[in-house]
Amino acid sequence: MGDTKEKIFKGGGFLVEDLTSDDVITPEDFTEEHKMIAKTTEDFVLGEVVPKIDNLENHEFEHSVDLLKKAGELGLLGADVPEDYGGLALDKISSSLITEKFSRAGGFSITHGAHVGIGSLPIVFFGNAEQKEKYLPKLATGELLAAYALTEPSSGSDALGAKTTAKLNKAGTHYILNGEKQWITNSAFADVFIVYAKIDGEHFSAFIVEREYPGVSTGAEEKKMGIKSSSTRTLVLEDAEVPVENLLGEKGRGHIIAFNILNVGRYKLAIGAVGGSKRGIELAVKYTNERKQFDTPISSFRLTQEKLATMAANTYANESAVYRTVGLFEQRMGALTEEQLKDGREVARAIAEYQIECSMNKFTATECLDYVVDEAVQLHGGYGFMQEYEVERLYRDSRINRIFEGTNEINRLIVPGTLLKKAMKGELPLLQQAQSLQEELMMMMPEEVGMEPLEQEKHLLRNAKKMVLLGAGLAAQKYMQKLENEQEILVNLADMTAEVYNMEAAILRTEKAIKKSGEAASKQKLLYTQVYAQEAFNRIEADAKETLIAVEEGDTLRMMLSSLRKLTRHTPTNVVAKKREIAAGIIEEEKYTV
Amino acid sequence: MNIYVLLKKTFDTEEKIAVSGGVIEDDGAEFIINPYDEYAVEEAINQRDAHGGEVTVVTVGDEDSEKQLRTALAMGADKAVLINTEDDLEDGDQFTTAKVLEAFFADKEADLILAGNVAIDEASGQVGPRLASSLGISYVTTVTSLKIDGETVNIEKDVEGDVEIIETSLPLLVTCQQGLNDPRYPSLPGIMKAKKKPLEELEIDDLDLDEDDVEAKTRTTDIFLPPEKEAGRVLEGDVQDQVKELISLLKNEAKVL
Repeated sequence: MGDTKEKIFKGGGFLVEDLTSDDVITPEDFTEEHKMIAKTTEDFVLGEVVPKIDNLENHEFEHSVDLLKKAGELGLLGADVPEDYGGLALDKISSSLITEKFSRAGGFSITHGAHVGIGSLPIVFFGNAEQKEKYLPKLATGELLAAYALTEPSSGSDALGAKTTAKLNKAGTHYILNGEKQWITNSAFADVFIVYAKIDGEHFSAFIVEREYPGVSTGAEEKKMGIKSSSTRTLVLEDAEVPVENLLGEKGRGHIIAFNILNVGRYKLAIGAVGGSKRGIELAVKYTNERKQFDTPISSFRLTQEKLATMAANTYANESAVYRTVGLFEQRMGALTEEQLKDGREVARAIAEYQIECSMNKFTATECLDYVVDEAVQLHGGYGFMQEYEVERLYRDSRINRIFEGTNEINRLIVPGTLLKKAMKGELPLLQQAQSLQEELMMMMPEEVGMEPLEQEKHLLRNAKKMVLLGAGLAAQKYMQKLENEQEILVNLADMTAEVYNMEAAILRTEKAIKKSGEAASKQKLLYTQVYAQEAFNRIEADAKETLIAVEEGDTLRMMLSSLRKLTRHTPTNVVAKKREIAAGIIEEEKYTV
Repeated sequence: MNIYVLLKKTFDTEEKIAVSGGVIEDDGAEFIINPYDEYAVEEAINQRDAHGGEVTVVTVGDEDSEKQLRTALAMGADKAVLINTEDDLEDGDQFTTAKVLEAFFADKEADLILAGNVAIDEASGQVGPRLASSLGISYVTTVTSLKIDGETVNIEKDVEGDVEIIETSLPLLVTCQQGLNDPRYPSLPGIMKAKKKPLEELEIDDLDLDEDDVEAKTRTTDIFLPPEKEAGRVLEGDVQDQVKELISLLKNEAKVL
């Protein structure tokens, strides 16, 4: 892990801690092996999957099965599977790079992700020895393909409201499952489904259900807006007979599995979104370099450049943030013993600690992607609306990311909810810091900002953290337990917190890069960071203001707004000029470049 | 069977080439195994799997060439040798490389040496044949099929699109042409194993060579990019007129007729 010290951080701790660049893992810390794994994945996707995308979009799923098996031969299905069960047990950076590189495969990346992630990991994390022995070696090679069945027609975000039931038969040998699971990725060909059902209608539990079991069938293929390369059907369970030994985890503890798997699904989705954003930028810059209007390549117009630069700066911040989160897992797992690492539950727990980070990555990276593909279509003009251009598919494929693995709204609500829970439990000194902040603000004097690179951004970051604390502290004080009803305020707090996380990730990454390779070689990174930090700060300021106005009134409000003004006082960066510089680099390289 | 592969790192085919001050800029450029050398690596592995023995990949390069050697190891080669000339040689040409390799092979018993047909950067195609000739062994270039039976080797060789069928014997050097095989992707287990495979680093000193022994026989006088391609022209009017105009353009403008 390069020179990164193996410190361990608490989930959400970044709000109350001062971190240094040695505390984060960045893409510049990737090893040669990481890069080789990324290259193999990329070559596989370009060489094998991309030529088949039209077939896959046409629902010719025999290719999906074939490609997954080929991926299995290369080890691309076994990264997260323990060595004892035929996997490679690679670190989380390796499996993340595989996820990022698969994003180029469009809907097939969802096929791959559903198999290796939400399909296989429940068994990796929560399977007993017999279950692991039976399923994992075959899942790692692609001999068996997996799917995950949680959602039902009447329960989406409210997953625990599932209606599917399980009842032990009289002989005590089988659970009999009845119900319908909706929108199941890989359902056309999956051999194994992780299915949630309530035992006796009340104990929410997970089961490993094989396609071949009596009473298991799938419905018709859904007609979707995007990710058409992936199969989506209903899983129908009609008196489905599931052997008792296929109960996964404990009876009535299915929510623990669902919760852990969602976390993994979320950060992996965020990584895929970063990969997609990079592709969107590449398509946009290649097209705008090529396309001439008024005898000029349209990439030489300032407005095109502004778009390319904003797309790239957002992508940089999100890339920094998702790998920062992966680094957090690695740091925490680095402290586990060999034995603990073999126990899937411990690994799941290490990831679950960063539930807040996973949720934030999920909503900011998927929104970055949606923004990037939207602008990429715009930059293609009418051609972007035509199916013969790849960007048209990217646009449609992107949209689902804001919906599945917990809508972005649900993920936003998780952030302040979990933070406050941690504060109440005394795990994070959030409320104490919010308290002392109010006193500090009374006598706060303007801070001298130095001229060194990143000093301005660090100044903005410090004050942004204070704005989050100010808003969160006030809201908690005023609404107490009823804060959960104030969803608009919670969402503001979530957005501010996520912007802080991304800002800090970009700053620390750039700082680390400057230390390692010098300022000249880190120019593009510095520009991204300057632009993102300024723009994020502006958004945080707006959210903070709206929050204060919603929470307080009269004299208290006036006092609070004046405190806020102290925190927002700064000489702003000229983002227009910086973006022109950013664009020059991208236009030259014809891709997202750091 | 002792199998050796000669490998060179080249610019990634996706890389944009920029020239400044008569030098190709390679700052931050991505490098890959020369694509023709990939056929050589793949073939070496297949021959080893069929006949037993060991595959050693050799490169004359710099510190960064280790990356391409590791990739070859990850594909399945057994050993790698990096002859690092970075500190000793300023400029080299095909003579230099062949001379260095000749010294390296002086004490080796190679049954089969495989190289790429050409490197995609300078495309001379000389190093393989030069080396074979100085080692006094047979060589066949641009092979598209290689079948070994005992000492006998049956080869199909690409001759400008035609096929020449050759029978020869080991020891032998061949250069590999597109169509010979389909190089594998380095698998993830392969990548993890490659870390532990031996990679020996040598300098020309270790081969009892001096700078003078390998001094380049050629001198590069200039490097420049091909002229930028201009926009095409679409001729209009009926076919008769188009043909007339085309002939006139070919005569007067392009001056090719």
